[in-house]
Amino acid sequence: MARRAKLTLQAAAILVIALLVTLLGWKVAEQEEGRGLSAALERGERPHPPKLTFETLDGDDTISLADYRGKAVVLNFWASWCQPCKTEAPMLQEAWERYRDDGLVVLGIDAQDFRVDAERFVERYGLTYPIAYDGNGKSLGRFGNTGFPETWFVGRDGRLVGEHIIGEFDAEQLEENVQAALDTPVR
Amino acid sequence: MRRALVVGVLLSLVLAAAAGASEQKPTLSELERELICPTCQTTLELSNAPVAERMRSFIRARIAAGDTKSEIKAALVEQFGESVLAAPPKKGFNLLAWVLPLAGAALALGLLAFALVRWSRTRPETTGPAPASANGGPPLDPELERRLDEELARYDG
Repeated sequence: MARRAKLTLQAAAILVIALLVTLLGWKVAEQEEGRGLSAALERGERPHPPKLTFETLDGDDTISLADYRGKAVVLNFWASWCQPCKTEAPMLQEAWERYRDDGLVVLGIDAQDFRVDAERFVERYGLTYPIAYDGNGKSLGRFGNTGFPETWFVGRDGRLVGEHIIGEFDAEQLEENVQAALDTPVR
Repeated sequence: MRRALVVGVLLSLVLAAAAGASEQKPTLSELERELICPTCQTTLELSNAPVAERMRSFIRARIAAGDTKSEIKAALVEQFGESVLAAPPKKGFNLLAWVLPLAGAALALGLLAFALVRWSRTRPETTGPAPASANGGPPLDPELERRLDEELARYDG
């Protein structure tokens, strides 16, 4: 009886340890996925972005990158309290207006922010491109983002292209990467 | 015994009243200790990040509006998710974070008690007091003692 109890306890302990190791592995793998994206782009590879679905800023709908298959996407992570994001917003709006008929979508992802602040920001800068809301910032880790703003570009074939821009971009940098995204063939 | 019981009950009442007052009229500083800044992952009191400043101004406004601590926390959880709470809520899956350490401690104590009982039972029974050696350590084996005496005698000789 004592032997059976001992074996049961040992099995339970092994199970708990295995569960904890699995959880740790899953968390590390998720972080590595994000870190790996930027490194892969630098090596000239074209990885797929993480499959994520976001709530729209008004909370009435959802947005996923898969919704824009066949289009080039500028994926801009921002927050209303981020100063460089205020400089970028008009440039992103301009790019959206200029290239939307050519198949460009600018998707703003407002993260770690008050929804009401983001709504004021959108109104203040007259942003008409789609805005997703990620209050708890879960998507940041999936992309390996470490701050605000950060910008990624997705080609028409659904793969990342161009640069991963950490921090504020300039007009030239935006233009080059938008063209790179638009130039990718649809698969 | 009765006095200790009265003191215990009074202490519980005082603590309950304090907790109730804190819930009804929270202060910014106590909420700063119970909330996490989403960008720097430290408690709000340690963060100077812009989002932390914005959260402070939100909390001040909600305190002024007469919100309870739970209401303010719930409003922040709605914006930033449960990770904004320094301590996970005591419900659902998060309950594990509270229960597991206690269960682990109880299990460790139980195992320790079990091991101590077994250890005390398996100690060899001794019949009468064992003769102590000169230095207070365990007595030497007679054969070893004889050989030691021989070696010492040879050395002295």
